[in-house]
Amino acid sequence: MVEGFKPKIRTVDVDFFYGKVQALFKISLEIPEKQVTALIGPSGCGKSTFLRTLNRMNDIIDGTRLEGKVTIDGQDIYAPGTDVVTLRRRVGMVFQKSNPFPKSVFDNVAYGPRIFGMKDRRRLGEIVERSLERAGLWLEVKDRLRHNAMQLSGGQQQRLCIARALAVDPDIILMDEPASALDPLSTSRIEDLISELRRNYTIVIVTHNMQQAARVSDYTAFFYEGRLIEFDQTEQLFTRPTEKRTEDYITGRFG
Amino acid sequence: MKKRYVDRLVRGAMRLATYFVVAVIAYILIDIIVNGLPAISWQFLTGVPRRGGAQGGIFPAIVGTIYLVAGTIVVALPIGMATAVYLSEYARQGRFTRTVRLAIITLAGVPSIVFGLFGLGVFVLFFGFGASILAGSLTLACMVLPIIVVASEEALRAIPQYLREGSLALGAGKWQTIQKNVLPYAIPGMITGSVLSIGRAAGETAPILFTVAAFYLPNLPRSVFDQVMVLPYHLYVLATQHPAAEQVRPMQYGTALVLVTLVLSVNLGAILLRIHFRRKYRW
Repeated sequence: MVEGFKPKIRTVDVDFFYGKVQALFKISLEIPEKQVTALIGPSGCGKSTFLRTLNRMNDIIDGTRLEGKVTIDGQDIYAPGTDVVTLRRRVGMVFQKSNPFPKSVFDNVAYGPRIFGMKDRRRLGEIVERSLERAGLWLEVKDRLRHNAMQLSGGQQQRLCIARALAVDPDIILMDEPASALDPLSTSRIEDLISELRRNYTIVIVTHNMQQAARVSDYTAFFYEGRLIEFDQTEQLFTRPTEKRTEDYITGRFG
Repeated sequence: MKKRYVDRLVRGAMRLATYFVVAVIAYILIDIIVNGLPAISWQFLTGVPRRGGAQGGIFPAIVGTIYLVAGTIVVALPIGMATAVYLSEYARQGRFTRTVRLAIITLAGVPSIVFGLFGLGVFVLFFGFGASILAGSLTLACMVLPIIVVASEEALRAIPQYLREGSLALGAGKWQTIQKNVLPYAIPGMITGSVLSIGRAAGETAPILFTVAAFYLPNLPRSVFDQVMVLPYHLYVLATQHPAAEQVRPMQYGTALVLVTLVLSVNLGAILLRIHFRRKYRW
């Protein structure tokens, strides 16, 4: 569809079902490496469902089924024998509701590395510091590493969740409306952070906020009723959409 | 105008109901304390019963009750919690889990005497444990299991889904997630609910009647295959089977006081445990 980039994730004719209800129809999309790709569309259009197919988070819901193909670096992630644990280590996720664990700041960030068997306290400390630094949170929490993460502000909690995702060293970060519950200042900090992270990570972000998509993303995919309507460079899509429905949506005529 | 009267009436009736509940509890406790306290003495707590319980102490019955409660906890807590974890975290929700839940609720409604007879048939006779601590604990465990499962499942379901998702998204396995990011927060609730039910079971007479309780046994048990005296049964015997029930009245009250104190301290333990865990994990 779009020329001149190296695809990191490729989906081919992805259909997705919740029981008998089909939520995604023939989604074929190539997500470029080390770029920010925004998924936009009205509520219930399938953008979050699609995002969750990329790290197989939908697997944990009973009765879901995927048809078609999703590849990351050319590897089919739904192929039999795929190790979901390794996959999720490579594909980090940040949720809409910031969900720090009711543990200390340190234990939150160290959760992933510990899951993978790291016990060395010095190494853990380094990873925690580096991850918090990358998430732009280190200076704010370096004296409160032992405090319960629930005491942080909403914006700090969300950046903590980003640091937690970074701690396992993923190449891809999925973000499901990461700023929708935050005040404008915290939102802009998250957006700055996203721009920062795109140098090293492939980022896919679901957002309801069109300005946000325009601000932070390089590519934008517009979803509507479970279908991919249009996918293009963000600037292109927002200034010269080729589809009528895209234009209607981004100009605020519906949704 | 009319609405105000209705409101006043409803509120009055509900307050009355509340007072009634408090009054019943207060009456029972005061009656037991006032009549039981005079019977309590060092000798009563540490001595063995003499002359069919008319004199002496109730030490063997206290020890027997404690053994029985401990045995019940050891058997029922792991099985009940494991069932709850399976039902809430692993099992695919559907006809199977619905059936299991229905069975559990039904089991919770079975009268305790039926559990007593079940224990007699299965543990005492079929497995040949005889009337013993083992058979009694297993019987009590069967009785409290449904309550433990329901309470534990509730505690597990109170843990927000995003904690599980957050952990899985970091690449944790299912058991790692449960172990590190579900159970630590759910266990306080699981334990509290379970221990409360076990405290209640400690006061039951019917399930232990045929499975463990001895009428008179001054020796302490040496193994789980021994019979023991148990407080509720001792109380029952003193109150209804003793030839001079009137004369042993103080002994009855003293036994009742010890039993109530024991059950309440088990409950208090559960509450303290919950407070401790709440402080540790907050969200």
